[in-house]
Amino acid sequence: MSAATVISRRAVLAGSGALLLSFSSAGRLFAQDNAPPQPVTTLPAPPPLPGSLKQAPYLDSWIRIDADGAISVCTGKAELGQGIKTALMQIAAEELDVDFDRIKLITADTALTPNEGYTAGSHSMQDSGAAIMNAAAQVRQLLIAEAATRAGVPAAQMTTQDAAVIAPDGRRFGYGELVSAQLLHVAATATSPLKDPSQYKIMNRRIARVDIPAKLTGGAAFVQDLRPDGMVHARIVRPPSYGAQLASVDDAAVRKMPGVLQVVRDGSFLAVVAQREFQAIEAMRALAAAARWNETAKLPDAARLGAFLTGLPAQDITVLDRQRPAAGGAKTLSATYSRPYLAHGSIGPSCAVAKLENDTLTVWTHTQGVYPDRDAIAEMLGMPKEKVRCIHSEGAGCYGHNGADDAAADAALLARAIPGRPVRVQWTREQEHAWEPYGPAMLIKLDAALDDGGNIVNWDHEVWSNTHSMRPGPAGSLLAARSLDKPFPEPPPKPIPMPEGGGDRNSIPIYKIPGARVIYHFLPTMPVRVSALRALGGFMNVFAIESFMDELAAAAGADPVAFRLKHLDDPRAREVVATAAERFGWTTKPRSAAPGRGRGFAFARYKNLAAYCAIACEVEVDRDTGRARMRRAVAAVDSGQVVNSDGIANQIEGAILQSMSWTLYESVSFNERRITSVDWSSYPILRFSAVPDEMEIHVINRPGRPFLGSGEAGQGPAAAAVANAVADATGHRFRDLPISAERIKAAMGV
Amino acid sequence: MKLNVNGTPHNVDVDPRTPLLYVLRGDLELNAAKFGCGLGQCGACTVLVDGEPAFSCVTPVALLADKQITTLEGLGTSERPAPIQRAFIEAQAAQCGYCIPGIMMRAHALLQKNPRASEADIRAFLEPHLCRCGTHMRILRAIHRAQAEMMSANAGGSG
Repeated sequence: MSAATVISRRAVLAGSGALLLSFSSAGRLFAQDNAPPQPVTTLPAPPPLPGSLKQAPYLDSWIRIDADGAISVCTGKAELGQGIKTALMQIAAEELDVDFDRIKLITADTALTPNEGYTAGSHSMQDSGAAIMNAAAQVRQLLIAEAATRAGVPAAQMTTQDAAVIAPDGRRFGYGELVSAQLLHVAATATSPLKDPSQYKIMNRRIARVDIPAKLTGGAAFVQDLRPDGMVHARIVRPPSYGAQLASVDDAAVRKMPGVLQVVRDGSFLAVVAQREFQAIEAMRALAAAARWNETAKLPDAARLGAFLTGLPAQDITVLDRQRPAAGGAKTLSATYSRPYLAHGSIGPSCAVAKLENDTLTVWTHTQGVYPDRDAIAEMLGMPKEKVRCIHSEGAGCYGHNGADDAAADAALLARAIPGRPVRVQWTREQEHAWEPYGPAMLIKLDAALDDGGNIVNWDHEVWSNTHSMRPGPAGSLLAARSLDKPFPEPPPKPIPMPEGGGDRNSIPIYKIPGARVIYHFLPTMPVRVSALRALGGFMNVFAIESFMDELAAAAGADPVAFRLKHLDDPRAREVVATAAERFGWTTKPRSAAPGRGRGFAFARYKNLAAYCAIACEVEVDRDTGRARMRRAVAAVDSGQVVNSDGIANQIEGAILQSMSWTLYESVSFNERRITSVDWSSYPILRFSAVPDEMEIHVINRPGRPFLGSGEAGQGPAAAAVANAVADATGHRFRDLPISAERIKAAMGV
Repeated sequence: MKLNVNGTPHNVDVDPRTPLLYVLRGDLELNAAKFGCGLGQCGACTVLVDGEPAFSCVTPVALLADKQITTLEGLGTSERPAPIQRAFIEAQAAQCGYCIPGIMMRAHALLQKNPRASEADIRAFLEPHLCRCGTHMRILRAIHRAQAEMMSANAGGSG
C-alpha cells in the first residue's frame, strides 16, 4: 500500500508548477465543442481538473482570504447530517496549513458558492472534497510564491505554518498580508502540490463535528428554527390523491378565522397564511374540510406489484452483454427478487422560508441542490434566475429527494402573495408521507450457471424499474407548479446513464464471471410519485445479487465468504471482505448455531466505482412472532483516503440500521386511488427495541488515494446480509421485501 | 396565561388549546423541541412536564398552568452542557440531529429517576422515539456514558 501511495503522490507532484496555464486550456476545450478543429488540437489534451474544479476552476470560487487573515472556504454541497462540513474544513485546513478553527465554511448558496449540482450520490467528497483539497494546495503554493518574491528567497526554502509563510531567516508573512485581490483569482491547474499523507495533522483525524453542539443544545440549527422579523406561517392543503383537481372551496369562514392573513388559491394549489403557527394549522384544517376535489388517480394493486411492473411498457437498455462461454454450466439457478415503494420518511417534515423583497426572492431551503431548485422556482414564477436566491439551511435527514424542493416552491409562491413578509411553510407529517417522491418499486430476475468446480460461468440480470431521479430541473418537477391554474407539465422521466446508473446502478456483477448479460427494463409509466432514494437502484440490485450469491454458494456447497473471494480479483474488494469476515469471527466450519439464530454476509462496491463495503451480521428469528432482529453486525469499509474515520463509521452505522429498517419493515401502502401510509403507525420503521446489541465498523484507510464517499456504501450489503442471515436462521429464502414478520411466519408455517 | 418554562415564569397570550410545542417554538423562541409528526408518534417534540416526558406537540397549554416545563435549553447550554448533552457530544451521537433533543429529554428523565437503569430499561424507555438516520448505537452509547458520569459524580459526592 505504501509503495503505491508514493508512486501516486509523485505522479501528482510531477505536474505542479504551472499555475496559470489551465485557464486558456479550459477555454480551448470549451471552444472545441462547436468549433472546427484548430491547430492547437495537435497538443495533448490537458488532464481534467480534479473534482468540481471542472465546473468552477477559479481558486477564489473556493477559497477567499481577507486582509485580516480570515479564511472562507466555499462548497456547493450541503450539510445533510452526514458531517460533510467538518470533513471539508479538515481538508481545507490541512492543505492550507492553518488551524482547523480558522476555517469558516460557507455551504450551498446560489449567491455565494460554486454550483455543484446536488448533494447526492455519495459525491461530496469526490467532487467538493477533491476541489477544495486541490484549490487549498494551490492557494498555499501561490502564497508561498508571493512571500518568496517579497523575501527574495527561493520558494523552495519557504515553509508554511499556522496561516503564515515562514522564510529561512524566521520572517513570517501572514496569509492576510500576502493576499491581494488578484492573487487568488486564477484558474486551477490539474495537479497540485499536495501534502504527503504521512504528514497529515488535520486530515485522517477524528475531529468532532462542528454542527453537533448547536443541534444538541437548542441552537438555531435547522431551517425550521429560522425566525426572521415579520415572519408569518403558512400551511398547504394538498389534494387527497395524485392529480386531483380542486373543484370548489368556500373559504369565507376560513378568512375570518383568528390570525388568518390570506387564503391563496391558484388552480388546485391551495394554502393559508396566518400570523401564528397554530392559527395556520387550524385554518388549514378548516380549509381542507371546505375543499371539494375531483379525483382521477388509478394506482396499481399493491399486492401484485411485480406483475404490474413487468406488464408495463418498457424501454429496454442493454447494460452489459459479455461474450458467453460455449458450454453451459453444470447447474443453473434462477430467482426473482422484489421491493415495494419505500419512503424517505424524514423525521422533520419539509419546511422552507421565503421572502420577496424589491423584486428579489430569497428562499431558505433544505434542498439537496440549491441551483437546480433555484432554476425550477424561477421558471415557475416567471422570474429571472438572478432574481432568485436559494440558501441551503439544514433540515432533518433527507436520504434523497423528499419534499424539500416542493416545500421551497410552496414558500416561494406564498412569498409572492405576501411581498415583504418572510413566509414559513411547514408540511404536516401526513403530507410528507403522502406526497414525497418514493424510492421506486423494483423487480429483478437473476439466472446463473455453475460449472463442476463451483465457478459461476454465466450470469443474466434483468431489472424492471421507474427512473430514480425526478429532481428539479424544470418547474414541472415541483408539486405546486403542476397544480397551478396554468400548470407546468411533469417532465418526462429519463434513465440515469451508466456507469453510475439509476435502476441499473450496481446491476453489473462485480464478480469474475465469463459470460454476463444485464438488461434494464426502464419503465416510463409512473402511477406513484418516485425519485431518488439513497443508493437508488444500488440498494435493490445489491440485495438481489448478494442474496443470489448465497444461493449459488449453497448450490456449489461452498462457504459464502469463500465463494465470494473465489470470484473477486480486486485486492481492495478482497480486503474488505476478508476484514469483515475476520472481525466478525466468520468460520467456514459448520457451527452449532442456537435455534433461531443465523448469520449472513454480503459485499458490494457502490456503483462498482466508489466505496467498498462488506457486512457480516447475526440475526435471531422469533418463531412465534416471526420477527427477525439483528443481534450483531460487523462492517469493513474502504472509502479511499480517510478524512474523518468517525464520520465514515457514523455513515456506515446509519446505513446498516436504515437499510435493516427498509429490509424488515417498510412498504408504502395505497388503495386504488390514495396513498394510505400517511404516518408512522401506517408506515412503521425501526424502533429501539429492535436495535442490535453490537455493531463494529472497520475503516480501512488508503493514504493518498481518491476520496470515494461513504453515504451509500452500506445499504445494499446490509439488506443482503440480513436476508442471508434470516435464510440461515430459518431455512427459508426471502426474496421479496420487506422480510416482514408476517412473511416469515407464513413461510415457517407457524 | 402563565407558563413555567425552565424555571422562569412566562405570560403568553395564546389560545389555550394551542399545543405546547408551538408556544415553545413560536412565543418563547426555543429551538430544541422539534415538530416531527404532531401525532405523538415520533418523540421529536419531547419535553419534561414536572419531570415526566411529554409530547409537546399534542399537549395543549391549557393543561400546563401549574406545571414545571423543562426543555433541552433548561438542562444546559453549548458553553455549559448538561451531563446528558456532554455525553451525546462526546459520543458524536447525531447524524442530522433532528430527533436527538427529544431523545435526550427522555433519557435524562430516566436517569434522574433510575440512575441504575439497565440496557433493557433504556431501550424500552426510548421506544416512543424514532431516529431515521440510524444513529441508535451511538445514542445508546451516549446514554451509558452519561449514566456513568452521573454515577461517578454522585459517588464522589460532587452532586
